[in-house]
Amino acid sequence: MRKHVLSVLVENQSGVLSRISGLFSRRGYNIHSLSVGETEDPTISRMTIVVEEDQQTLEQIKKQLNKLIDVIKIIELRSDTAVYRELALIKVRTDKDTRAEVIGVANIFRARIIDVDIDCVMIEATGDQSKLTALINMLEPYGLKEVIRTGITALERGDTELKSE
Amino acid sequence: MRVADAIVKALKEEDVTTVFGYPGAAIMPLYESLRTSDIHHVLVRQEQAAGHSASGYARIKGEVGVAIVTSGPGATNIITGIATAYMDSIPLVIITGQVRSNLIGKDVFQEIDITGATEPFTKHNYLVKDASQVPKIIKEAFYIAKTGRPGPVLIDIPADVLDEEIDYLYPKEINIRGYKPTRKGHIGQIKRAVKALDKSKKPVICVGGGVKIAEAEQELMQLMEKTNIPIVSTLMGLDIIPSKSPLNLGMIGSHGFTQANYAISNADTIFLIGARVSDRSILPANMFSKEVEVIHVDVDPAEIGKNANATIPLVGDASNILKEMTEIASPLDTQEWIDEIRSKQEENEEKHIYEDSINPKLMMQELSKLLPDDAIIVGDVGQNQMWAARHVEMKEDRQFLTSGGLGTMGYSLPCAVGACVADKNRKIISVMGDGGFQMSLSELATIVQEGIKPIIILFNNTKLGMVHEMQYRNYNREYGVDLDCNPDFTMIAKAYNIRTAKINDPDKMQDILKEAVEYDGPFLIECTVDPRETTL
Repeated sequence: MRKHVLSVLVENQSGVLSRISGLFSRRGYNIHSLSVGETEDPTISRMTIVVEEDQQTLEQIKKQLNKLIDVIKIIELRSDTAVYRELALIKVRTDKDTRAEVIGVANIFRARIIDVDIDCVMIEATGDQSKLTALINMLEPYGLKEVIRTGITALERGDTELKSE
Repeated sequence: MRVADAIVKALKEEDVTTVFGYPGAAIMPLYESLRTSDIHHVLVRQEQAAGHSASGYARIKGEVGVAIVTSGPGATNIITGIATAYMDSIPLVIITGQVRSNLIGKDVFQEIDITGATEPFTKHNYLVKDASQVPKIIKEAFYIAKTGRPGPVLIDIPADVLDEEIDYLYPKEINIRGYKPTRKGHIGQIKRAVKALDKSKKPVICVGGGVKIAEAEQELMQLMEKTNIPIVSTLMGLDIIPSKSPLNLGMIGSHGFTQANYAISNADTIFLIGARVSDRSILPANMFSKEVEVIHVDVDPAEIGKNANATIPLVGDASNILKEMTEIASPLDTQEWIDEIRSKQEENEEKHIYEDSINPKLMMQELSKLLPDDAIIVGDVGQNQMWAARHVEMKEDRQFLTSGGLGTMGYSLPCAVGACVADKNRKIISVMGDGGFQMSLSELATIVQEGIKPIIILFNNTKLGMVHEMQYRNYNREYGVDLDCNPDFTMIAKAYNIRTAKINDPDKMQDILKEAVEYDGPFLIECTVDPRETTL
């Protein structure tokens, strides 16, 4: 089973998220991550849903999503033609001996330090999933206090647009 | 205009003449508007029945059925009615009252999140927050309910919204950007489908309820007759082709006929139309096991490839697609194949075996002869359903209604009520068991109140027959599901002034059936059935 990234245009209305998450749970589809936000058209939201399913189930997911009246359009974003990005905030334990090392690791990954306290730093990192996972793995030995990841958001490369019509 | 009045006005714009419902506090403003309108309100005796009656009405009238209930328990009671309609793709619009907008989310008296609860088994639902949207929402709800693959749509309206004033303007056009049902089939796929049939040696058409919904019976008949391809049906497609048609091999499935199941299992090309390959009708293993060409026509793309892999998927309206297929299809020589299938047919003549009881299969066969050709038979769920499905002869204008998908016991009586209200001239027979009847016998009052005239055939074996059979088969014993304290059902019906007869003597069966069919009023026949009578 491979990970698939679906980009879904939906009506920007209350209840839509519940319709979509309900569909996934009641039909037994696994959501790996889901991120959502308003688009250039405020009546439309765009969801990026990452699923890990075989091809046949993926087809069913698309068809079942399409049946929802609030779902306007669905496309699958392939890794070779789209950009995947995720944001992570990582709070790492540091002391005067390790702080510089942690900052060094963050720099290698082009991550930013956005907060510092006596015994911790907060790192903001964006990238594809494997980069963030690698960064988190590198930071783990210092002690991870808190980690949060947004889940993938993605857009197709080039002069394409996902439109409602 | 008050929103409640606007709703009534909008219902009339949708040509609604009849609604089924049960009032309560949150929906009172709408009831007040209904009271002063000429829309006929059928008062059911429990909200579930409002759903089932609206469903029976929709299926006979060919229109959207409308049910109106209150918030909280009214809404939760109708849930089974909604789910039943959803599974069988029946167009309903359900209007539920909701507590006042400012109280939503505070667990106040009779508050329940009904849009949340029904989200999995409505085609769509609305919680009205903006009163000005009401006309648009009603227009959309009817459109969504009846187009594409039909289904129930629920509108939840808070009590205070019902009393708000709005400018009434009923939209003429509809444009829902996320809902564009496909109608016309892809011409390339149509040609591929016909080519596949042309070169098949052992083709079979499997017809489901979708063909009825698309009103494509004639088109199907024409294709069948032009190509000589034999046909089998699911339970929901039972009444599409007359039972006696030489190409009709009968119903498939776990309670279907041997020859029909043989045809599906041994065909080289299966043409599924309006059938969703449910587990009770086709085990996909039959189709996956070998090189079978599967042509699958459905208006709902998600049904194609869900339960069975289609080699030729074809999305669209059955009537259009069949018409186009018939034009380019050629006659096939299927005689040898049909003979092969027919040779599997079991010829067992039914007899009365057990003393002082009625053989329900013979009763159904007898009824079938006495009924007018355009009668409507409403089967409940369980043994009675299969006795009716297997032994009532389907004729061109006969209809068979039942809860096929959800298998809702107690469906038959309220469904028959809706059917009777929809068509006062046809004979309507509700076939029930003693279990299902006790789930909805409160609707006897609705029958009397509406002055409708169904015949209720009640098979009383003091058991939940099918459960009983399953326990016996799977666990080799019976346990705990006998209906030991059954009342005298004729006395209950008599209390409602309904004419009754009770029979356990096979010799009297014909006379009593004749009397019931000729009688101008509701009639309940309670038949004593031996618990040992089997489904098949």
